[in-house]
Amino acid sequence: MSERKTGKAGEIRSYLIGYGLALLLTCAAFAAIRWQSFAATTTLAVLFALALAQVIVHFRFFLHIRLSRSSRDDLQLILFSALIVALMVSGTLVILFNLRQRMM
Amino acid sequence: MTSSELRHTGLNLGGTGEISHEQAETGLFGFWVFLMSDAVIFALLFATYGVMLSATAGGPTPTAEYKIGPAFIETLLLLTSSLTFGMASITMKHDARPRGLFGWLFVTLLLGLAFLGFELHDFATMVGDGAWPMRSGYLSAFFALVPLHGLHVLFGSLWIVVMMVQLAVFGPDARVKLNILRLGLFWHFLDIVWIAIFTIVYLQGLIR
Repeated sequence: MSERKTGKAGEIRSYLIGYGLALLLTCAAFAAIRWQSFAATTTLAVLFALALAQVIVHFRFFLHIRLSRSSRDDLQLILFSALIVALMVSGTLVILFNLRQRMM
Repeated sequence: MTSSELRHTGLNLGGTGEISHEQAETGLFGFWVFLMSDAVIFALLFATYGVMLSATAGGPTPTAEYKIGPAFIETLLLLTSSLTFGMASITMKHDARPRGLFGWLFVTLLLGLAFLGFELHDFATMVGDGAWPMRSGYLSAFFALVPLHGLHVLFGSLWIVVMMVQLAVFGPDARVKLNILRLGLFWHFLDIVWIAIFTIVYLQGLIR
């Protein structure tokens, strides 16, 4: 029950931590483009890694999706959707880039 | 129930006792299914954009059209609006009077509208430069993807207005609270889509 006592303050702090982390990741991504110091492919990899981290931060701190047992339904739905999205997006990209290569 | 207190910190109605967690979760889970189907639509538009990226047909290129400043400001506006909506959820859960909730919703609405203003200004500049949807495959894909997100934000803003009216008419009863929880999921979800947009569209387009 100690969680209940710190309820409101703890929840506000959780949102603020999420906001701070998201802000940090956003600024890092924009800074990596504003002052480009790596090769193009490295920069792209850094961008995607930062975006993935920020998506996880948003799910964890703003949408309250956790790995604990109680929120498993939501989590399963999200992971399943992520699988479908990954299949469709990567499939589209592979097939159409291959098609373009053959037509050039 | 103690373990469940933590699970949807801002999203459950634990403190209010009007709706049980299970009831609230069934209603919210249905909305999650809608959100994920929406995510699939966005994902396919992202795939289309990726394929079309080099199809500029001799017209405007991403590097020439995107500006990092406005994109950064839009990102900050939307991110901050996510925080203020979180504050609205917390106020709704812990405060019986609707005034604080009303205020946070209003701040979120203003941030959303500011975001839309900046975005419209961006689009107007692009069209002014001759970068309009019919110019090339790349621009068609861009204008299918990014304004669709803007349209979502517009409907989210309308929804905030509707919830403020419901709050004023009905007061913070269980149904209104559940609706605000759904709106919260929608609003946070739009911010996640925007992460993908500023990374894949704007920042990737500006890599030299």
